[in-house]
Amino acid sequence: MSRDRTLPILGAVLLSVVLAGPLLPQWALFLLTIAIAKGLVALGLMLLLRAGLVSFGQALYYCAGAYAAGSLGRFFDISDMLVQMLTGAAAAALLAYILGFLLARYRGIFFGLLSLSLSMILYGLLVKSEALGSTDGVNVLPSTVLGIRPSQEWLRYVVVVVGGGVALLATALVYRYLRTPQGQLAPAIKDNEIRVEYMGTSVRSAIHVLYVIAAALSGIGGALAATTVGHIDPDMAYWTTSGEFIFITILAGTGSVVAPFLGAMIFGIIHTVAYDLSPNTWQLTLGTTLLLVIVFLPEGLWSLFSRRKGA
Amino acid sequence: MDQIPAVIVDGIFYSAWLFVAAVGMTLIYGVMKIVNLTHGSFYALGAYAAASLTGAWLAKGYPPMLSYAVLLGSAVLISVVVAPPIERGILRFMYAKDEVVILLITYALFLILEDVIKLIWGVDPYFIAEPYGLLGSFDVGDLSYPTYNLILVGIAIIAGVGLTLLLRGTRTGKLLLTVIHDPEVSRAMGINVDRFYLVTFTFGSMLAAIGGAFTAPTVSVVPGIGVEVVVLSFAVVVIGGLGSLPGAALGAVIVGLVRSAAIHYAPAVELFVIYFVMALVLAFRPRGLFSLAEPRKI
Repeated sequence: MSRDRTLPILGAVLLSVVLAGPLLPQWALFLLTIAIAKGLVALGLMLLLRAGLVSFGQALYYCAGAYAAGSLGRFFDISDMLVQMLTGAAAAALLAYILGFLLARYRGIFFGLLSLSLSMILYGLLVKSEALGSTDGVNVLPSTVLGIRPSQEWLRYVVVVVGGGVALLATALVYRYLRTPQGQLAPAIKDNEIRVEYMGTSVRSAIHVLYVIAAALSGIGGALAATTVGHIDPDMAYWTTSGEFIFITILAGTGSVVAPFLGAMIFGIIHTVAYDLSPNTWQLTLGTTLLLVIVFLPEGLWSLFSRRKGA
Repeated sequence: MDQIPAVIVDGIFYSAWLFVAAVGMTLIYGVMKIVNLTHGSFYALGAYAAASLTGAWLAKGYPPMLSYAVLLGSAVLISVVVAPPIERGILRFMYAKDEVVILLITYALFLILEDVIKLIWGVDPYFIAEPYGLLGSFDVGDLSYPTYNLILVGIAIIAGVGLTLLLRGTRTGKLLLTVIHDPEVSRAMGINVDRFYLVTFTFGSMLAAIGGAFTAPTVSVVPGIGVEVVVLSFAVVVIGGLGSLPGAALGAVIVGLVRSAAIHYAPAVELFVIYFVMALVLAFRPRGLFSLAEPRKI
């Protein structure tokens, strides 16, 4: 633990993005921003996964965050991306706080299925809601930061730097949280829930807290994706979106708070390259990768790094 | 009020479709404890196989009345070809893993099969409308319905009754119940558990393929046709209780009637209401309506 340089590494990565950003092409900045957004969702899923819970409906909070951000622009004419991310996180966290009372009672496959059905409820609502554009979705205003509207050629750069900064802050908070007694409870819950209860802690409230944190992270991710893409639609809540997030989380593993972002980046690269080479078989690549990771690297790609460190 | 007959008839048709699409999922879960996402792939495979084989059959000018047998035959054929390699080649090595991990593995297989389908059949839609119109229509009140819809109702009844009789009344069924209850002891007693798993997976997948095959004439067969079926089957199966046969029937009837009522009275909540019922059932009966308390094994 004393040699842990997780946060300095993340800081250095962000710094290099800040410095190298102006040299990168627009598409690379876009890819990077989406990876940060999805990495945030995967970070939340990782927290749940550490406690042995797989949410097959995390797209619910991704989509809620995105629509919260989109609604700010549509109904209140607010396009500040910091406000959008904050609102996205708050909306998702509030929703998760309410639903958490229900979900914290479930484990294993039933936790997954119930979260899946909740995300499909949101999908079903959005598809039919005219005010929010129904299946077409709505456009999101071009991002501004603290009242400044970046020019077109700098927009992507500004979004990736601001989004990356917020993500770094959120990740640092999660990192700190994982070092608290409450944060270290998750693996114990996975191993043996009854023992945790005997220690005098409520498993249900611990899971509830994890669930709200995971949702808030997804909400930030959703808002960031909304402001980058400039468009949101109900498919963000569809179960296949949740599947993508799970893919990223499993691919990355639960070894470190850095892992989800790495996973999201690799996912983005696989997606882009495989889609470019052959648009009809990129899911094949994805599925095969997932299968190989589950069978040969059950702790995710991150275990490659940590194993080398240990040797 | 005059909409009630329409709601009920539509509801029955939709329930039958749901039951055929979902019953295999509950069968596979009941026996193998696998929440099987490839179910949607088999539905899609059935639809595609039926579309191309029946299309070829009709194009050759063979008797169109026999096209129904071709629909059924293509579903059986495709599942017998595809399901056993998946079970023997991949899934059988995974049974020791956690339920959630197996769910993820079937998700990976689902992604792979989605693209395999695109590689084989391309991305253009297929149409085989002829079997749909062939049987004419019948009237309920002043509404007219295609007789074709009754075929699915028939299949649903045959599948439900057949499976129940198989489980309750035959030696194989009793052996299967033993396997469900305790695979290890069954193995020790000399039951070929592996074969039961193989047959269950193939047969469960076949039911999904049959659902797809008989839906093919009523829709255009396009990529992604199985994606929605996965979650709908989930809803049906979870409402009834994972692994319960009467549960799947009840789940299908509930979802079918609720959706048809929603379409007639409040179209805006059509999709929402299905998953709302599912969440509601899970909230009050986490293991579904027809589930027994999980026996705790020591």
